[in-house]
Amino acid sequence: MSQMIMYEEEHRQISFLLNKLYRETNGRACYIVDKNGQLVAEAGETRNIDSTSLSSLVAGSIAATGSLAKLIGEKEFSVLFHEGKDQHIHVTLVSGGVILVVIFDNRTSLGLVRLRVKKASDEFNRVFINLTKKVESPKAKSPFSEITDDDIDSLFRDDDIDKLFRE
Amino acid sequence: MSFINYSSREINCKIVYYGPGLCGKTTNLQFIYDRTRPESKGKMISLATETERTLFFDFLPLSLGEIRGFKTRFHLYTVPGQVFYDASRKLILKGVDGIVFVADSQEEREDANLESLDNLKDNLIEQGMNLNHIPYVVQYNKRDLPNVMSVDQLRRMLNPDGVPDFEAVASQGQGVFETLKSIAKLVLVQLKKAK
Ligand SMILES: Nc1nc2c(ncn2[C@@H]2O[C@H](COP(=O)(O)OP(=O)(O)O)[C@@H](O)[C@H]2O)c(=O)[nH]1
Ligand SMILES: [Mg+2]
Repeated sequence: MSQMIMYEEEHRQISFLLNKLYRETNGRACYIVDKNGQLVAEAGETRNIDSTSLSSLVAGSIAATGSLAKLIGEKEFSVLFHEGKDQHIHVTLVSGGVILVVIFDNRTSLGLVRLRVKKASDEFNRVFINLTKKVESPKAKSPFSEITDDDIDSLFRDDDIDKLFRE
Repeated sequence: MSFINYSSREINCKIVYYGPGLCGKTTNLQFIYDRTRPESKGKMISLATETERTLFFDFLPLSLGEIRGFKTRFHLYTVPGQVFYDASRKLILKGVDGIVFVADSQEEREDANLESLDNLKDNLIEQGMNLNHIPYVVQYNKRDLPNVMSVDQLRRMLNPDGVPDFEAVASQGQGVFETLKSIAKLVLVQLKKAK
């Protein structure tokens, strides 16, 4: 697979599962991030968290721990837990390159988060297996079937793009 | 690996700035960050040592406008240049959609440039990718310094295939946006072709 595509239908399913997980863990926020650091979905009190930075850093630490695992002859570490004074992050490798992140505080417990995440992982897994099939099918929908070379050219027409940058 | 999100109507791509230590990769991102309007950029993250050498990566998310109702978003990464950080470089190359090779034009960095380019090719091959098949541009940086090699020499050495290349003084911003626009465009054209 050379690109990942998230369709509206699967996004709805993932958001539904993520919101359920958020309520059941009593956590602060939950995220699905892809292994390359792209945010896929979020739920909970996400407003004060920079989700783009979070996604890139979580993917970076999963990648780093994956290499650590190989270094000692382990296939992967499928769970990471970062423990803070008041807040904690629980990171799980779901399947085929998808990462589930739960941020929680002392309103809940690691035991409960772990339990709920385990159950939810199987559900997320199912959605992503279906999604992969859909993306790999020859009939897969992509915006690039409509985008023309002219569309791309016009995005890079000098005066337009240069407005994004200040002198 | 690009990520197309129909729900948020975004096309996300990953661009990596590669090159020897101290060639100016972080400086490229910093200049882009400083000169981009707030609504088009996210936070820049630098995972650096105490002496400001890149330890793991720099990261800068950018939006470059819409095509057919899809926002184009580019995640720019730099790798640490020091030879001994090869494990980190491999991780950052995963899922890359386009590469900028930043060369240090100074004569005394000739070997370091070549070594870094070889290292890039090796690391890509290890992941089943090939520099000849992914969007790729070259930047000859530090053109302001007195002891630089000529562009012809650099081109022969680092760009025999004639991919798009740019002279730059990243610390003053010269050539930085030209390089960025060129790679971003190549990435989108490639995505269209792959479809
Ligand atoms: N003279 C000059 N110095 C530069 C230029 N670009 C970067 N530098 C300086 O080179 C040093 C290393 O740059 P940095 O971006 O950290 O290199 P990196 O290791 O590739 O990330 C810094 O002191 C920069 O200010 C340039 O075009 N000309
Ligand atoms: Mg750097």
